[in-house]
Amino acid sequence: MLKLKVNDKDIEIEEGLTVLQACEQAGVEIPRFCYHEKLSIAGNCRMCLVEMEKSPKPIASCAMPAVDGMNIKTNTPMVEKARKGVMEFLLANHPLDCPVCDQGGECDLQDQSMYYGIDKSRFKENKRFVPEKYMGPLIKTQMTRCIHCTRCVRFATEVAGIPELGAIGRGEDMQITTYLEKAMESELSGNVIDLCPVGALTSKPYVFEARPWELKKTETIDVMDAVGSNIRVDTYGWEVKRVLPRINEEINEEWISDKTRYACDGLKSQRLDHPLKKINNEFKKISWKEAYEIIAEKIKITSSDKIAGFVGDLTNMETMFVTKEFFEKTIKSKNLEARDDNTYINTEERTNYLFNSQINGIEETDFILLVGANPRLEATMLNARIRKNYVANKTEIYSIGDVGDQTYPYKKLPAETKIIREIYENKSEISKKILDSKKPLVIIGKSALNSKSGKFIFENIKKFLIENKKITDEWNPFNILSVNASSVGSYDLNLVNNDENLTLKKLQENDFEIVFLIGQDNLKFKKKDEFVVYIGSHGDNGAEIADVILPGATYTEQDGFFTNLEGKLQKAYRASFPPGEAKEDYKILNELSELLKRKKLFQNKDEITNNLLNYLDLNKKKTQSIKFSSVDYIDEKIIINPIDYYYSNVIARASKTMSECRNIKTDIKKTGTEG
Amino acid sequence: MSLKKISKDQPEKFEFNDRNIELAKKMINNYPEGKQQSAVMSLLYLAQRQNNNWIPLAAMKYIAKFLNMPYIKVYEVATFYSMYNLSPVGKFFYQVCTTTPCMLRGAYKLVDVCKKKISNKENEISSDGNSSWMEVECLGACINAPMIQINDEYYEDLDEKKLENIIEETMKGKTPKPGSYKGRVNSEPENNRTTLVGIKNA
Repeated sequence: MLKLKVNDKDIEIEEGLTVLQACEQAGVEIPRFCYHEKLSIAGNCRMCLVEMEKSPKPIASCAMPAVDGMNIKTNTPMVEKARKGVMEFLLANHPLDCPVCDQGGECDLQDQSMYYGIDKSRFKENKRFVPEKYMGPLIKTQMTRCIHCTRCVRFATEVAGIPELGAIGRGEDMQITTYLEKAMESELSGNVIDLCPVGALTSKPYVFEARPWELKKTETIDVMDAVGSNIRVDTYGWEVKRVLPRINEEINEEWISDKTRYACDGLKSQRLDHPLKKINNEFKKISWKEAYEIIAEKIKITSSDKIAGFVGDLTNMETMFVTKEFFEKTIKSKNLEARDDNTYINTEERTNYLFNSQINGIEETDFILLVGANPRLEATMLNARIRKNYVANKTEIYSIGDVGDQTYPYKKLPAETKIIREIYENKSEISKKILDSKKPLVIIGKSALNSKSGKFIFENIKKFLIENKKITDEWNPFNILSVNASSVGSYDLNLVNNDENLTLKKLQENDFEIVFLIGQDNLKFKKKDEFVVYIGSHGDNGAEIADVILPGATYTEQDGFFTNLEGKLQKAYRASFPPGEAKEDYKILNELSELLKRKKLFQNKDEITNNLLNYLDLNKKKTQSIKFSSVDYIDEKIIINPIDYYYSNVIARASKTMSECRNIKTDIKKTGTEG
Repeated sequence: MSLKKISKDQPEKFEFNDRNIELAKKMINNYPEGKQQSAVMSLLYLAQRQNNNWIPLAAMKYIAKFLNMPYIKVYEVATFYSMYNLSPVGKFFYQVCTTTPCMLRGAYKLVDVCKKKISNKENEISSDGNSSWMEVECLGACINAPMIQINDEYYEDLDEKKLENIIEETMKGKTPKPGSYKGRVNSEPENNRTTLVGIKNA
């Protein structure tokens, strides 16, 4: 522990902190632009100058290590004068366009010049002009406003792992740009907007949309992937204007992926706002009552085992629970399925489908093996953690299957089941590395579980880890990388029938007469004579084949629980309301049940929530003895599924911004420009 | 000095010739293993030498691959230092020093001569395609101000007339004699030495 004085107050701090951090612990606020906790120290804005005893000059507190016996003063005339001076230099070339700047109202420079600056400028010369740069469809640039803090450059290089941003030229002519002005090829690029302390980098889709003080802020959870990033949704009226990250050190730190941030314009387009019925291949508007009656009549004349239900990727747990009750109690059918493919899932134990090491645990690991997983596109925030670990420790990373650029180097192993056999038979160098490692991490991805040998891969890796005592109370290296926001929740609710997804197989064989699609748009099947009921928010693949459409709500329009891939239960809050006649999802089947059985399944939302939480508690307690089913070995290639990152769900597919991103990505591939 | 312009006409390919590959490898070996990126400045210089005194973008890409570092980092270095030329320069490349001592001794008159004789604008190649000029900061020969640098040589103690002669000579393709144009040796006082007169080699 170090002892030092800040403004005559004695404090004790840990070793290895900077003066700025020491001041923060003493409760003294220091203005800063370039310093950011999650990035390396640059020390180039000079805003954090403080006075140190025995130093003739003020010191940059962000870059000065705290030493025993220091006497720091932050409230002297010297510091005040230094801050004013720095502020004057920063503002010398900064345009006075706050009234037309999107950062206005949440701008660090604006706020700090109010507190620490002077009220007039002595700079009579012409201001500098910097041409705008092109940084892709997500980031709007106004580089004249740039104060050269280089936060964006450091973020791109260190966190995003895409060293594409840089500062060219020098002195007054320094400019921040991408290499020859091409779009940033990162799924994390949107975060530079939050990092930018001025309005130089702002959100392109949000240009001139609203002022921050006009927006209603709702703290909620993201559903674009299974990570469950914590977000803040800003709404103006019913319209979702933008999505911002919320700090949660256990999940997304303070970043979010581009899909989370920018898919929100998909909430406005392609929406279903009225119950519809297909008559002669044309959709006609009907009332809710008519719609329920049509469906109820169909159900009454159909035997229950000919009715199937599929739950989608963005469905919250309340809706899934109501659906489950609806199928079990109202129509007494067992054909309810949450998977849209043949992914192997073993729901006997909760650890079988969770990311057991936890996202925070990634930082502690010393060896990573990816099995058919592409974390960069399947769980972007999780991949940022892997990169963080790699940057700090140069961790060895192996991948079974070539999964493309992951922003960190990894060694590729051929995508064959042979390799898995070698590992569990202890014949491969990988098995030795896993055994030697203190905290190994094995991440099994969707591509592996989706293949014919999914069960083989799952069971044998698990067996190998248990038999070698790698799974302990403190560390569980066995991780499943779920892809959809609803996945883990649906496994917790046991909405998975059996290993092989027979329900889907039957559907593809056109074995059902009534099919309920509850927000499910990703099924691959050819419709014949089925009566398809689509309950969901967007007019997408599911609505296209539907006979009756019941409009539902999206994740920003209803309260609902989601379980993220680590098994954390988080609640998404309502920020807006469904358009037109659309209803919150859970109400729909509840009301349909009322018509069929003359009794609602649940009286109100609270009853659902209580029942749901009880069910989950019971489910958590359920642990079974560890057993393995032996699986026959098939020599086959694991196919790494290509991932259409920007088009992975209905909201993203309805979003213009996401389409633009996708076009740019495919264009780059076409021209073969090196990235 | 404003931000350097990058030429619009870029060659598609650039590769070091055999001699430069050898030199580049030697440069990289000057640094400890894993720190090969430190050689970027030397390599940019070699590229500039090989490519008629300017660095095309292809060369930056080539060097980035050569040193296994991001393109933008090479680009940053190349745009930071004023002695890397990023667009073509003349065969005779005039750098006119206009920092204070030279300015006081009439450097801007030399600039006017360059404008008249070579090209109206800075960094523009003359109509005969032979020469170009630019203003630069102090070249460290203040005592013989005003001065210019043509390619690797210094031409000192100039005035308009002398510079015009020099330019005319280069136009004929000849390399003029470098050094002081007042006939003094190195930086000795203007009217011969006043100290150490007795010592021959001083």
